[in-house]
Amino acid sequence: MPPIVSINRVSKRYASGHQALTDVSLDIAEGEILALLGPNGAGKTTLISTICGIVTASSGTVTVAGYDNVSDYRKTRELIGLVPQELTLGAFDTVWNSVSFSRGLFGKRPHPALLEELLKELSLWEKRDSMLMTLSGGMKRRVLIAKALSHEPRILFLDEPTAGVDVELRKDMWRLVERLRQSGVTIILTTHYIEEAEEIADRVGVIDGGRLLLVDDKNRLMHEMGRKQLEIELKQPLAALPAGLDRWDLSLAGDGSRLIYTYDTQARSTGITALLQAIHDAGLSLKDLKSKQSSLEEIFVDLVNMKP
Amino acid sequence: MNWHAVRVIYKFEMLRAWHTLLQTILSPVISTSLYFVVFGAAIGSRIEQVEGVSYGAFIVPGLIMLSLLTQSISNASFGIYFPRFTGTIYEVLSAPISFYEILLGYVGAAASKSLIIGTIILVTAGFFVELRIAHPLWMLAFLILTCVSFSLLGFIIGIWADSFEKLQLIPLLVITPLVFLGGSFYSVEMLPPAWQTVTLFNPVLYLISGFRWSFFEVADVSVGLSLFMILLFLAICSAIVWWMFKSGYRLKQ
Ligand SMILES: Nc1ncnc2c1ncn2[C@@H]1O[C@H](COP(=O)(O)OP(=O)(O)O)[C@@H](O)[C@H]1O
Ligand SMILES: [Mg+2]
Repeated sequence: MPPIVSINRVSKRYASGHQALTDVSLDIAEGEILALLGPNGAGKTTLISTICGIVTASSGTVTVAGYDNVSDYRKTRELIGLVPQELTLGAFDTVWNSVSFSRGLFGKRPHPALLEELLKELSLWEKRDSMLMTLSGGMKRRVLIAKALSHEPRILFLDEPTAGVDVELRKDMWRLVERLRQSGVTIILTTHYIEEAEEIADRVGVIDGGRLLLVDDKNRLMHEMGRKQLEIELKQPLAALPAGLDRWDLSLAGDGSRLIYTYDTQARSTGITALLQAIHDAGLSLKDLKSKQSSLEEIFVDLVNMKP
Repeated sequence: MNWHAVRVIYKFEMLRAWHTLLQTILSPVISTSLYFVVFGAAIGSRIEQVEGVSYGAFIVPGLIMLSLLTQSISNASFGIYFPRFTGTIYEVLSAPISFYEILLGYVGAAASKSLIIGTIILVTAGFFVELRIAHPLWMLAFLILTCVSFSLLGFIIGIWADSFEKLQLIPLLVITPLVFLGGSFYSVEMLPPAWQTVTLFNPVLYLISGFRWSFFEVADVSVGLSLFMILLFLAICSAIVWWMFKSGYRLKQ
């Protein structure tokens, strides 16, 4: 199946001279959930804005469902819904009018039944006649989601959807995302909360300094990039590592009462058996053993630190 | 053509006036009445007639133009500036809509509003003086052309402005003086010769003159010239808008 969104060597330099994106290429498959991870200023919003047509790329092309997003912008934009990062909403409009406005803007005839269903799903139905300016931040975020979905997009962009959002809305949002996924909607979300990507994404892209550092299947990424740590608790604390143990990647923690051994899960041999033997030979006695898998967060930090 | 989009933008902009309906209708009615009290009654009693027309009636076209110009500019400039200011413009920019459809929605609504206000002033004036419209179709043509071209100017200002001060600047510093010095309340012939020449460089003079001709068949300059000037103004504004859209000026990064 051809990708629903194809980004081909896109770079963006703002008028200020700031290079926000450098040579980004990425294919997004129809129906997948892709998380774009990156610290503040990485270029996530710029990348999304470029696909949606708000920002013009300095070079490179974007196609959506096979159409170029500049020359065939009507066809590409019709398919896309965007929930922006900032709470950008008017003031003197009601929730209902605002959502109806969005639907019309995207060229769809009025469909009150559909909007009613959408507002109910987002717990906005009771607020439909409220002025936007009277809503709380969380409610505004819900309105923005309703606006983005009002024209039944096939692709949904969520730009940092859970930044500063309460637990309730977070749950509602993930339920909605799940329903949209079931109906085949492609979802691209940006976040700097790694647990979020870990929880819901199929694939993860890591972006930093305007470069896409990698894109991979989430599970494979965690498997391949993942390291494990073995935590060895000792009966007597150590002042320094005994001489016999320096050929392992060991560190001392907890005032010398714990040894931390980091190893690669992909290595042919983990070296654990030999290490335990060496610890025994050094005359140390063990109190406890624990092992843990590194999280996506640690993988991410490693990646960002690794870049030149 | 994305007519649904044009419709919702137009409706949104018209609703904005609806929320302040009382103000939208009352303020032109009150200010027109005040002008009549001050100019028509106080000054008019001394001037009596200008070029065979009673002074009270003579100032009606100028009064309408004054409101039309300021209303068109402020409505259209605010309409596009505000979403830029709040950031909600992202939605319009990411929608499957061409710049010309955006223009049609915003400028169409602003022009409609001024047209309605112009009509209200005309009707209000009818209560104070006896009005005679010699060429109703020409009057309508001048009315519509003025509303459209100055709404277009307002739209340009709304895109150019990057602060509320700038938004107010042009109407305040440029348009209001031009209107007052453009023969709204007097015939150019009443001025000393040197000032008559200076006034000929005021584009608003041609608007008011042509518009007044459609009422009373008296004009400071020929009607053809008036029409030419307003079409020229329309063409210049259109060209600026075309360039703004083509370059993405202050809309797209
Ligand atoms: N309109 C703009 N003009 C100049 N620089 C910008 C503009 N928008 C964003 N930037 C810069 O581009 C970089 C990427 O921004 P952004 O895409 O918003 O990052 P993210 O969404 O990942 O936080 C940042 O350094 C930001 O300051
Ligand atoms: Mg961002």
